[in-house]
Amino acid sequence: MLKLGVPSKGRLMEQCFDWFATRGVRLARSGSDREYAGAVDGVEGVELVLLSAGEIPRELSAGRIHLGVTGSDLIRDKLADWSSQVAELAPMGFGHADLVIAVPAAWIDVSTLDDLDAVAAAFRQAHGQRLRIATKYHRLVRDFLTRHEIADYQLVDSQGATEGTVKNLTAEAIADITSSGETLRANHLKILDDGLVHQSQATLFAARAADWSGVAGRAYQALAARLGTAPRPV
Amino acid sequence: MAEKAAARAEADRLYAAFLAAGAMPVEADILQPAEVLLDLYGEDIRARAYVTQDPLRGEMMLRPDFTVPVVQMHMTHGAEPARYAYRGEVFRKQEHISERKSEYFQVGFEVFDRENPSAADAEVFALFADLLAPAGLRAATGDMAILMAAVRGLKTLDSRKAALLRHVWRPARFTRLLERFGGLVPQPESRQRLLEGTGILPAPLVGLRSEAEIAARIAVIRADAAAPPISAEEVGMIEDLLNLSGPSPEALTRLRALETGLPAIGPAVDRMETRLDALARRGIAVGALEFEASHGRTTLEYYDGFVFSFHAADPALPPVASGGRYDALTAVLGQGRSIPAVGGVIRPGLLADLLGAP
Repeated sequence: MLKLGVPSKGRLMEQCFDWFATRGVRLARSGSDREYAGAVDGVEGVELVLLSAGEIPRELSAGRIHLGVTGSDLIRDKLADWSSQVAELAPMGFGHADLVIAVPAAWIDVSTLDDLDAVAAAFRQAHGQRLRIATKYHRLVRDFLTRHEIADYQLVDSQGATEGTVKNLTAEAIADITSSGETLRANHLKILDDGLVHQSQATLFAARAADWSGVAGRAYQALAARLGTAPRPV
Repeated sequence: MAEKAAARAEADRLYAAFLAAGAMPVEADILQPAEVLLDLYGEDIRARAYVTQDPLRGEMMLRPDFTVPVVQMHMTHGAEPARYAYRGEVFRKQEHISERKSEYFQVGFEVFDRENPSAADAEVFALFADLLAPAGLRAATGDMAILMAAVRGLKTLDSRKAALLRHVWRPARFTRLLERFGGLVPQPESRQRLLEGTGILPAPLVGLRSEAEIAARIAVIRADAAAPPISAEEVGMIEDLLNLSGPSPEALTRLRALETGLPAIGPAVDRMETRLDALARRGIAVGALEFEASHGRTTLEYYDGFVFSFHAADPALPPVASGGRYDALTAVLGQGRSIPAVGGVIRPGLLADLLGAP
């Protein structure tokens, strides 16, 4: 069987079901609303696996699911050398979110990464510690800041309410997901002009480590005909 | 890569040679406190070093190199002058799938000596060249002190020089700053808005960074905007310096020519000349020794003087050996004290591969 992993909850799951339905593949939860198993109508040999969106990268990496729907940000953050582990089959046009770097709106002297870098140097001199950036997207943010050759910062882990870390004095800046920017403004933060780390959206990925022979391979051919994805998954 | 046993045997051979050259044997813990390494190398080191958690000591790293613990050890209770040799495994994460090892042996030799830096540079390089000779490697050298002296000698604001020096190891950002300070690229719009603005904060200030710090930076920005750009001649000479490469004697001649426009590099170029003489006395064919003024400009480095590396013919392979002078690092780790230091490491596994290859 070809295993298709989709997010198990909420709006992301519904939009995902809609996306497949538009293309003639009907996904549904089997049994009760609380059971994390599902059915696939329209293509033979596909099994639906309902998973937390955050676990889908790991399952793809291990090849335990063949296909998976998750945010492009999560794939890039959770998988080292991600493109060697998964193939991007289709951006799905929903679940949009921008991973951005934001600083206090009162920092009128800071608008760009160059400014942030200069402030990090001065901050370290004044406070004896590196400027702290709170995030849960460690790999994505570090790669971005390394690529832009920013120095004298440190990443501090924040798994939630990241916008509040600056006011709580546990960070000087943040790197977090935003869609409207409303929460950032409410917490007196602003996005750097060139602080867009990644534009994320829900994306269908294929696992390079999965076994694509036999039934799974044939099921993919049938699925690809409906979805309009590449004739070969990886 | 050679089997571990072959790498270890090669490591033992090199280590014995370093001891025979007068070094004292030293050891370093595999688990190093992460804080020191993070403060030194910045967050970038997290992408390269294995981080683990100790219940009492906090974040620890599997040693990514020996230099830091050896310098710390020397600064706490070393006698002077000192020569140290060490060998053991280092650990470097590989974020991309490749043949590169994440765990390999290093054998190193470090000299802490105040008396004669040029002679110490030559001693280390000649020792490495001699040990590596059977592998037929290509040697490359450079001198970070010349570039740093050139920056310090620019006729411009101290704030600009400090920014350039801070990024001397980050080539792209250094070039950006140089172009910005040279007036070759326009200031971003946001900078213009700030200069024309009232300075009134548009939102409540949150966080640790104070209003005074914001005001202080705005003062620096205003001074920068009011100052003339670094002259086109000086920008051109720094670019010439960055691009300078060739056999050492030719490089020296060209550096002497640059010195008329950048007199501040004089003492550093003098030291290079003294070093070349010292190398020649130790039997190094300096006429063919490659010199690149940009050599050593990579992140996760700390060299601020003579730098060198030895490379196999295959460009996909990492350097077989590398090293250099790191006087400033001893000051950073020495809590107020410092000592001129130079040293290097060899990767015995790679060397064993190259020597064993038919």
